[in-house]
Amino acid sequence: MLGASQADRRLLPEGRLAGPMPWVIAIMMFLTALAAAAGLAMGDAAHRLGGDLGRQVTVQIVAGDPALRDHETDAVQRVLGREEGVAGFHKLGGDEMQALLRPWLGDAGLDRDLPLPAMIDVDLTAAGRARLDRIAGALTAAAPHARIDDHAAWLAPLVGLIRSLGLLAGGIVTLMVGATAAAVVLAARSALNTHRQTIDVMHMMGSTDVQVARLFQRRLALDALFGAIVGLIGAIIVILGIGRRLGEIGSGLVGSIALPWTAWVALLALPLLAGLLALAVARLTVQRALARTL
Amino acid sequence: MAGIVQFENVGLRYGTGAETLSDLSFSLAQGSFYFLTGPSGAGKTSLLKMLYLSQRPSRGSIRLFGEDVVQLRRARLPGFRRRIGVVFQDFRLIPHLSAFDNIALPLRIAGVDERDLVTPVREMLAWVGLADRASARPPTLSGGEQQRVAIARAVIGRPEILVADEPTGNVDPEMAARLLHLFDALNTLGTTIVVATHDIHLLSRVASANVMRLDRGQLHDPTGALRHPPGGGEAYA
Ligand SMILES: Nc1ncnc2c1ncn2[C@@H]1O[C@H](COP(=O)(O)OP(=O)(O)OP(=O)(O)O)[C@@H](O)[C@H]1O
Ligand SMILES: [Mg+2]
Repeated sequence: MLGASQADRRLLPEGRLAGPMPWVIAIMMFLTALAAAAGLAMGDAAHRLGGDLGRQVTVQIVAGDPALRDHETDAVQRVLGREEGVAGFHKLGGDEMQALLRPWLGDAGLDRDLPLPAMIDVDLTAAGRARLDRIAGALTAAAPHARIDDHAAWLAPLVGLIRSLGLLAGGIVTLMVGATAAAVVLAARSALNTHRQTIDVMHMMGSTDVQVARLFQRRLALDALFGAIVGLIGAIIVILGIGRRLGEIGSGLVGSIALPWTAWVALLALPLLAGLLALAVARLTVQRALARTL
Repeated sequence: MAGIVQFENVGLRYGTGAETLSDLSFSLAQGSFYFLTGPSGAGKTSLLKMLYLSQRPSRGSIRLFGEDVVQLRRARLPGFRRRIGVVFQDFRLIPHLSAFDNIALPLRIAGVDERDLVTPVREMLAWVGLADRASARPPTLSGGEQQRVAIARAVIGRPEILVADEPTGNVDPEMAARLLHLFDALNTLGTTIVVATHDIHLLSRVASANVMRLDRGQLHDPTGALRHPPGGGEAYA
């Protein structure tokens, strides 16, 4: 596919054909890889937030009277036990409640007699998520003081934001592909001009356009590949650095932003795609330029 | 017998000015030797360019090897060009390639296997007296040596037509005679030869040659060999 035999290769002098093109592509690949990594991480995070976290609800029973509270808590647990779409539930014990509150109230404020609501974390299945309204209806019928706190409701804007950021990253990658192609077009045109005389002579001896294009496409594609690999190495260093920082923060939400292995494969494939893109663009550019000559 | 080259009412106009060449009608017989002469600016190079398919005429028809080449699809041009060898007025050697690689170029373009081209290229180098300069690059060769490389490159593919534009322009009379002898030898092997030259002394050097004379865009035919359709018969006996 690359074409050009050893002897053909000598037709164009040694050295770079592409001028600054590989470095332009290196910069572009650096930015593309960062945008792609961000996009992939965002997409993954949105998927997981929308999935696991989005299927959790918390039921609170807010009743001042401890007896009533316990009664309604039992009622809620019975309803949850028989409703369809409930994957599991877990009533937060006294210790867990205190652990949640300690950051706000401090040790001194934690009074055993403080009227705390009862809290039950519920995991829903996908089907359960869909019929949450019916489950909620059953719960409030059995326990009038039950309040259902839907995690998806407060996650929704965040998921939306993350999704848009992911789309933005995708848009940037698309633009970068266009800019890379343009850089190759410019490099191919300038290489054509530089070697116009050699091409003319080859034509007069009966070279086909494909033969001439082969001389250029191989070299330009290898130059582009070189630039792309340099750019990707730079990007990977940055991505690993950011990943370590995020790891140090270690919070649940931030922690859910990470690159799955499929994303790494996609990133590593980028230079190859850039090389193939350069090959195709160089070939087209050369052939179209030659078609205008006799 | 139809000519290997047939021009019919061919006119060539560069841009919007007057026609550089007008009403060219002639026929070249296969295996013959032609000189194309005329004053500077008469249009010799322009005529040759149309002949070796580097310039389309503004009007008229050109037939090569029996086919109309004016309307030829671009994709078919290479096939025709491979049957024509050209010695350019300015050589047009590729400066970063050795003499060997320059001469091998037409064979490589034609897809000849690397193993099969070493012998013919070496023979050709010896034939033009450059056996010991095979690896020299054109800028390190003298003018006459470059000219011989250019000629070797034009004939290596055994073209059916050899077109040479002022091939003796830059060499001394002795070398000019040697190069002409080379063309003559090729001609006896069957190649149709067209040589453009200013040098009227050259014309008498090839006994069998026909002379085409261009003057102010018109073709004159002192030997009567170009009449179209061929008349008289003596040139085609
Ligand atoms: N590409 C071109 N564009 C415009 N005019 C041209 C072009 N090539 C040649 N001409 C003009 O056409 C005329 C004939 O040029 P041409 O080169 O064919 O002459 P020639 O007979 O080969 O001359 P010489 O003996 O000096 O080589 C000249 O007047 C020249 O200026
Ligand atoms: Mg000329």
